[in-house]
Amino acid sequence: MKKIINSTYKWFGERIPLKELIDFISKKGVPIHSYSYWYFFGGICLFLYITQVVTGILLLLYYKPTAESAYESVHFIVANVPFGWLIRSIHSWSANLLIGAIFIHMFSTYFLKAYRPPRELTWITGCLLLYLFLAFGFSGYLLPWNELSFFATKVGTEIVGVLPIIGKPLKIFLRGGEEVSGATLTRFFGFHVAVLPGIVFIILGIHLLLLQIHGMSVPLGMKEEEVKKEPFFPNFFIKELIGWLLITVILVSLSVFFPWPLGKKADPFASAPAGIKPEWYFTFMFLTLKLLPQKVIFIEGEVLGVLIFFIAAIFLLLIPFLDLWSKKEKRNPIFTWIGIFAVLYIIIMTILTYILPGK
Amino acid sequence: MKRIIICVIFLLIYRFSFAKEDSCIECHNELEGEFKKPVEMMKSDIHYKFGISCVSCHGGNPTIHDESAMDKKYGFIGVPNKKEILKICSKCHSNPEYMKKFNPTIRVDQLELYKTSKHGILLEKGDEKVAVCSDCHSSHGILPPIDSRSTVFPQKIPETCGKCHKDKEYMKEYGIPINQVEEYLEGVHGEALMKKGDLSAPSCNDCHGNHGSTPPGVENISYVCRECHSSAADLFVKSPHKSAFDKLKISECEACHGNHKIEKPSDEMLEPERGICSSCHEKDSKGFLVSQKIYSDIKNLKDKIMESELILNKVYKMGIEVSDAFVMLEDAKSSLINARNLVHSFEIEKIEEAINEGLKICEKVYNEGKKGEKEAITRRKGYGLSLIFFIILIFALLLKLKLREEKTL
Repeated sequence: MKKIINSTYKWFGERIPLKELIDFISKKGVPIHSYSYWYFFGGICLFLYITQVVTGILLLLYYKPTAESAYESVHFIVANVPFGWLIRSIHSWSANLLIGAIFIHMFSTYFLKAYRPPRELTWITGCLLLYLFLAFGFSGYLLPWNELSFFATKVGTEIVGVLPIIGKPLKIFLRGGEEVSGATLTRFFGFHVAVLPGIVFIILGIHLLLLQIHGMSVPLGMKEEEVKKEPFFPNFFIKELIGWLLITVILVSLSVFFPWPLGKKADPFASAPAGIKPEWYFTFMFLTLKLLPQKVIFIEGEVLGVLIFFIAAIFLLLIPFLDLWSKKEKRNPIFTWIGIFAVLYIIIMTILTYILPGK
Repeated sequence: MKRIIICVIFLLIYRFSFAKEDSCIECHNELEGEFKKPVEMMKSDIHYKFGISCVSCHGGNPTIHDESAMDKKYGFIGVPNKKEILKICSKCHSNPEYMKKFNPTIRVDQLELYKTSKHGILLEKGDEKVAVCSDCHSSHGILPPIDSRSTVFPQKIPETCGKCHKDKEYMKEYGIPINQVEEYLEGVHGEALMKKGDLSAPSCNDCHGNHGSTPPGVENISYVCRECHSSAADLFVKSPHKSAFDKLKISECEACHGNHKIEKPSDEMLEPERGICSSCHEKDSKGFLVSQKIYSDIKNLKDKIMESELILNKVYKMGIEVSDAFVMLEDAKSSLINARNLVHSFEIEKIEEAINEGLKICEKVYNEGKKGEKEAITRRKGYGLSLIFFIILIFALLLKLKLREEKTL
């Protein structure tokens, strides 16, 4: 047996730098300090993404992306396919947990100023991944073709349409026509299972590669070469594995006790039910747009809101180049307060969406 | 200066031309209270919108700007009496050629119908207290019946009729009850129309007629009800009750359901001891026993539906997909509705057929619920086992980590 393993290792070793890879992993260290636990969220995001891919592929075995049969196929998965209910629920729950984990991971790296040189590209790819996963969530929400997702998509794409110049063509492109229809469903399915995974595969690859090149960042005031480190393999890896197992327990518990509802089949001719909301991670933007007055000076409130969020997304992407203090290993309180404001704003507005009457 | 003169001339011409159009409006607009009110009201009046003004009903000469405009030589009649109102309104409304200009589908038989109504008959006899056109449609601010502000809009009709029919003093000499509106509002039709806003629910005029309004007699009350409840009426006509009711001169529908205060029909109406049937059928008589059987059959199906619904809801809350079973349950509910309707035939075989159909569906639904319950328990057991597995795995990893850390130290 040992002989076979050795010969296989030798065979592969002659073709790929296996020895170098093993050397790299065995020498790789993870800094130990009072904020080390934030490192786990990156791994949790990766685990949830893998869960998404696996459960997504399983759902693809039965899902039919047409207006006539999408709802019925999901119903079939949930009601008739062995463990279909579990796979579908895990897919939906892990999608939500993934977005939450990405937000936590993003804000933890923001406050720890992990975007300092030379990790600007790691930050940028991370931000791009956040946007891509939001797009994943938006496109995936429509796929069961139920009442809530149908109208939420209608509202969501309507918001895109208010953008000046590009708004209308972009809305038509997303919807595959003037209205949300079967064409939108097929289109969103294409984005969800082909376009977005392809882009994410590349960006995530770069993000992970950069992480291996630069290693994990240490908080401000610490010097990387002086910080105590623990071996990545197996110590940190075991800890990460425990985290993944705990997440699995949470996912399975949620799926068993709170299976993701299927709702009513979408009826494009019916009037929108009261209280239509997008997925929770979009609600802070949704409520902002609803609360803005119809006109702000000379610009329409909704257009202004969309532009503000667009600028905020660009600002987030460019933070490594704007926070010049962090390059000098100094903390700029303005950026800290911007971060605190953003976190509070997202939390408060999300809660308000669910408690404000008629919102 | 030149400009001011032009403006003054223009204003004078404008005022003069306006006054020339209708002196009634001009003068009454300057008066107060009751005299001004018609001018204010007619702004929304449908007649005024079609160019029909004061002179068309009251006579007079609107081109004269003093009191002589109201001279009798110009046909001025002032406030018309009840009989005059009929003549005034029917002058146009009974003329198909004229009315066609405004609405080709409008009816022109109102006066003819009115003459046959209780109101019309009494007016003919000289009773000036009865309602004429203006009492229901109002006088100066007349709106089409489809306008929700109109006095004859379905939801306003009980109030319009009640203006007289609720008034104890006013109705004293006629010797008829004055609680019809009150009872109607408490009944199922009143609730549907007034509280639920269902405009298809009947108001006073839908049963009594509007222009030809009259209290439906024993013979024709069922014809009124069957306008909407045709299925129940068809079943009743073929039932043995029809001839019995006719012989006894009992109103068909009204005998069990009442008239103005029609309560929501319930299965308890069939309850042998306290239900309606026992008011005619003596205990242990054939009719009594049939009602007992129908009541117990319907109750049985109702209980089975409830039982099936209960288990489905329980299973649904446990996260099991049972929407197909919920759809099936709707079929069972339809069978119950069908059985309830078939009660009007009083044919036990027909009712039992519908009941059995419902019971069969309930059995299927209940079994689905039980299957779901079993599935939910299996899921929870599986969850428990997987949880134990995960906990063991986590502890094993923690142990490995501890050993590793000890080794590193």
